[in-house]
Amino acid sequence: MNESIGSTTDIVTHLQERFPDAVQPAPAPYQGILVAQDRLVEVATYLRDELDFAYLSSVTVVDYPQPLNGMPACYDVVYHFFQGRGGPLTLHVQADRENPVVPSLVPLFPSALFQEREAWDLMGVRFDGHPDLRRILLWEGFDGHPLRKDWKEVYYEEEHKPFGSRFPDGRPVPAESRSPFGDNLRYPPGWSPRDWRPLVDVWGYAPHDELARQEDPNHPADRVVLNMGPHHPSTHGVLRLLVTLEGERIVKLEPMMGFLHRCHEKIGERNVWLGNIPYTDRLDYVCAMSNELPYVLAVEKLLGVEPPPRAQYIRVIMAEFTRFLNHAVSIGFTGNDLGIYFTAMLYALEEREHILDLFEMVSGSRLMCNYMRFGGVAHDMSEEAIALARALAFERLPRYLDQLESYFTDNELFKARAVGVGVLPPEMAVAYGCTGPLLRASGVPYDVRRAEPYFAYDDFNFDIVVGQNGDVYDRYLVRVGEMRQSLRILQQALNRLPDGPIMAGRKSATLKVPAGESYGRIEAPKGELGFYIVSDGGPNPYRYHIRAPSFVNLGVMGEICWGHLIADVVIILASIDITLGEVDR
Amino acid sequence: MYIGWNILKSLWITFRRFVESYIDDLRWLFKKGFGKRYTPETLPVRQHPLTKRGIFTVQYPAERLPLPERFRGFPFLVYDDETGKLLCTACGTCARVCPPQCIWIVRATDPQTGKPLREPAEFYVDISICMNCGFCAEFCPFDAIKMGHEIEVMAFDRADLLLDLEKLRRPASYDAQIHPTDYAQKQARKGE
Ligand code: SF4
Ligand code: SF4
Repeated sequence: MNESIGSTTDIVTHLQERFPDAVQPAPAPYQGILVAQDRLVEVATYLRDELDFAYLSSVTVVDYPQPLNGMPACYDVVYHFFQGRGGPLTLHVQADRENPVVPSLVPLFPSALFQEREAWDLMGVRFDGHPDLRRILLWEGFDGHPLRKDWKEVYYEEEHKPFGSRFPDGRPVPAESRSPFGDNLRYPPGWSPRDWRPLVDVWGYAPHDELARQEDPNHPADRVVLNMGPHHPSTHGVLRLLVTLEGERIVKLEPMMGFLHRCHEKIGERNVWLGNIPYTDRLDYVCAMSNELPYVLAVEKLLGVEPPPRAQYIRVIMAEFTRFLNHAVSIGFTGNDLGIYFTAMLYALEEREHILDLFEMVSGSRLMCNYMRFGGVAHDMSEEAIALARALAFERLPRYLDQLESYFTDNELFKARAVGVGVLPPEMAVAYGCTGPLLRASGVPYDVRRAEPYFAYDDFNFDIVVGQNGDVYDRYLVRVGEMRQSLRILQQALNRLPDGPIMAGRKSATLKVPAGESYGRIEAPKGELGFYIVSDGGPNPYRYHIRAPSFVNLGVMGEICWGHLIADVVIILASIDITLGEVDR
Repeated sequence: MYIGWNILKSLWITFRRFVESYIDDLRWLFKKGFGKRYTPETLPVRQHPLTKRGIFTVQYPAERLPLPERFRGFPFLVYDDETGKLLCTACGTCARVCPPQCIWIVRATDPQTGKPLREPAEFYVDISICMNCGFCAEFCPFDAIKMGHEIEVMAFDRADLLLDLEKLRRPASYDAQIHPTDYAQKQARKGE
């Protein structure tokens, strides 16, 4: 690594010198660099091998039908790269509007595997050289690419909220009356469901059938293609795992998702800025509080406001309680998936109830908290809430954690199933863009709270918990360790909770955000949760993209399951810890 | 040893919890007498994270947990107890800020002059779409719309969930009853 290169601006200048004809700074309100399409792979290779940008966090596309903010009419493919500490470096590649094709980065960064498929699915940008460019969230026969600006949903009413039909002369019209079928349904012109025969392999069986035919003559067992899910109690929601088995061993495993897809990003682009906050709660419904944080962080970056200290502390308290409850539930589910039934789960749910009581007390809702606002939080923590938080953080939760360790950590049954199962080597974890406990269990000490501190995290003492072997057991240990660290942070934050206002400035329902782009990311319980937003200076987001940790982490699932028994798939999946609301968005 | 000590320890924890739930019942029985444990007055003790022992579930709907003041159910419109007049001025802020756009307001007009009046002629909230976010109550400049505490809302038809002005009206005394702190603060601000 070249030691002289530090800040992002230095890197931009350095890259410009290194690739004078391929790299130029992105136009004014944008950050990072603009790379010529045909040199992208070269620049990315240089970034990875020479400048230590090992981590491709997010790949997404912004549609510009007209020139905007200094961007010409194009499809702007946006990449976010990070180093172990520092970054981000934003890469913009402009793809042609008529035939948008850019080279794929999957050979360099496998973390693009799912994200490029998603970009193709929702935006219709082709990635040349992608090994398996199929739709991922929608089904293979879907008409159009919904995130393009000219794509209209069935219930389309107006380009942006608030809709004019609501006031001052608002008489209710049911949304479904706007569709000829009275349903959320639309056929492309000239298409009839009766005559339709799938031209393509809609359900994704072809590669598996192919594999099943090539049986290994030395292996006595038959090859079988098996569907696990989408309705399976151990897939934590509606996830379909398509598996080819040889006897009981896995030859190929492929997660298939999209059953909960609701085009959250399209909804977000219709909403006003403020209106997106309650929608983010619905992403990872287990940890709603921390979902709101990266979004408000990204918008605050554009607005240039800084929440007052008390608000920052309250945010940290909520985020750490969320981490605790997520890990507790996740370990509980691991027990459930192991077949030790619901006891461990119920113990976790009991603690979760108390934390949810606290959330309900401060925000008004147990699960869909809607608590963060731009520049602060919605309500102050009352004395009663602080007393409850103290009782939990200082007494109740440590006690639970001790008990959890006493019955789980050395439990022979758990160890027999977990040690050495689903090993994820650190290089593979980084290449696949894994984050959160999954990454740290493999021995990579990467945590956004340290790598790019946000809110008041700099004020607290805490350790980054790292595993050694990267197996299911280590992921469990990392989670327990992180719960201990969360309690440490909570105790410090509650002891030092400053007085003062909880909002910077006044709350405003109609907010205009200055033009530009921003990427807000936090260390959510499941990994790095990032929101990429583009503003055109108006009251609505121009682009609103979510880099969901569950979604990206799931990309490595096929690799780490290879060669394991089918019974281990459930526990490997449980150890990755996904929420389908976030995977499918 | 493969099947070992730790499994027995886990089983012991579960067993202890099982026994504890009965012991606590007996403890209450001897100390306080028959039928004293499962009453509304003991709820804070039974539910508190530090004092609870044994069974802490409640037998809904025979027994209910109190809702915190800030709890967000569905919105209602506040009217003055004495005059019966709505506080709402039909400013439209709530209809604009509502994320799923489930509020419809028709502003009243003066029948003679045709000028808009500061009151709603019709007001609808489609609670089959409402996401209980509470923005309407938070941003209403006149404290005229509030989040209620009703949670048992059911209907056979979606149309029954479209609440009109009649179904949305609640007296200010009801607001004071479910939001005591909030209401006291508001009165204090008015008194200044
Ligand atoms: S309820 Fe409040 S915000 Fe809504 S129209 Fe009436 S006064 Fe305005
Ligand atoms: S609570 Fe939210 S969704 Fe429901 S009516 Fe009010 S603003 Fe709309």
